[in-house]
Amino acid sequence: MFDERSPIYRQIAEQIKTDVLRGVLGADEQIMSTNQYATYYRINPATAAKAFQQLVDEGMLYKRRGIGMFVSATAQQMLRAQRRERFFADVVQPMVAEAHAIGIPVVDIVEHIQQSAEAKGEAQ
Amino acid sequence: MTLTIEVSGLQVRYGEAVALHDLSVRLPGGRIYGLLGRNGSGKTSLLSTLAGFRKPSAGAVVIDGQPVFENPQITRRVCLIQEGGGVGDDTDTVKDAVQVAQRLRPGWDAQYAATLIDLFELPLRKRIGELSRGQRSAFAATVGLASRAAVSMFDEAHLGMDASTRQAFQDELLRDFIARPRTIIISTHLVEEQSPLFERVLILREGRLLLHEDLDELRAQGVSLTGPAATVDDVVAGLTVLNQQQLGPTKSVMVYGALDDARRAAAEAAGLELGPVAVQDLFIHLTEPTGAAR
Repeated sequence: MFDERSPIYRQIAEQIKTDVLRGVLGADEQIMSTNQYATYYRINPATAAKAFQQLVDEGMLYKRRGIGMFVSATAQQMLRAQRRERFFADVVQPMVAEAHAIGIPVVDIVEHIQQSAEAKGEAQ
Repeated sequence: MTLTIEVSGLQVRYGEAVALHDLSVRLPGGRIYGLLGRNGSGKTSLLSTLAGFRKPSAGAVVIDGQPVFENPQITRRVCLIQEGGGVGDDTDTVKDAVQVAQRLRPGWDAQYAATLIDLFELPLRKRIGELSRGQRSAFAATVGLASRAAVSMFDEAHLGMDASTRQAFQDELLRDFIARPRTIIISTHLVEEQSPLFERVLILREGRLLLHEDLDELRAQGVSLTGPAATVDDVVAGLTVLNQQQLGPTKSVMVYGALDDARRAAAEAAGLELGPVAVQDLFIHLTEPTGAAR
């Protein structure tokens, strides 16, 4: 289930972030408890707690004492901003490097992107 | 309530042979610890001393502030399940052995024991000596879990279990730990399979404690770097290299110790591929013999 090599808590934090980004987890929605996460993923509860703590520190989750963890109102917005910042470095640059290595001209990429966007009705 | 274990200057000797050298460690209660080490590294000596089965040759093992050896107040609250079962007499039936465990174990939960016996499909009327290896291990695991001992230790208790029984055992252990936090120590060679259960890990090498840290910290210590051999060599100069492999002009190096920002930036600028290292690989390379024991 997990990539054994990377700290599990980071992978759980990433999964929760992806759910928030896609709207699977909405603002102020309660997330499962550390014990539920631990049982579901077959991991130590302290590991699950670490994932939650990381998300609290990043402002993605907030804690309501005695009740549980909730998605903060600004989490989705923050995640979108973060991913936008990383988009060109994480997604576009590797693609351009790969295209260069295999000899695809940039104009072909641009054309392909435009076609895809038109198909989705997003072109200008 | 959970019990803290304190080991100080522990030495265990068998005649001339020293199994544990001057081992000191403090294990706060209520956590699951993984005890890892190659064969002969001292895992079983440590666990049996923690359980009070063996007297320290030097140093002390203290649980809840009291020495463990010959201290029934403490040993009643400590349960060690050893490899291959070893619970009950061969001539006892499973049912008899359950009754013995119930008498000896103050925290025994008869209902939970019955649930586990069902789960593992253990035949109550069969004698312990007639059980298969897997059944013996499952019965020992049952005793280990249903004892609900404040310190519960499993020394390769999974040996002989098939994959689905191991998973059932691990799931039960985790579920019961969550419901009733206590100190659990698991010694295992199944690093990949069982390490997600651990909060902290202890690694023994040649009778010494090599490290004791959070599993996630340990994971974060390993980095692999892959790229042109000369570039890789430049970037890893001065780091603890655990392993290196070369395939033609490409070299892959596993280092121990998280990379600082400068080195990470240098590696990325040089186009090296950075990746994590599996706990199993860290373990294998960290426990390579030093030659001192031979």
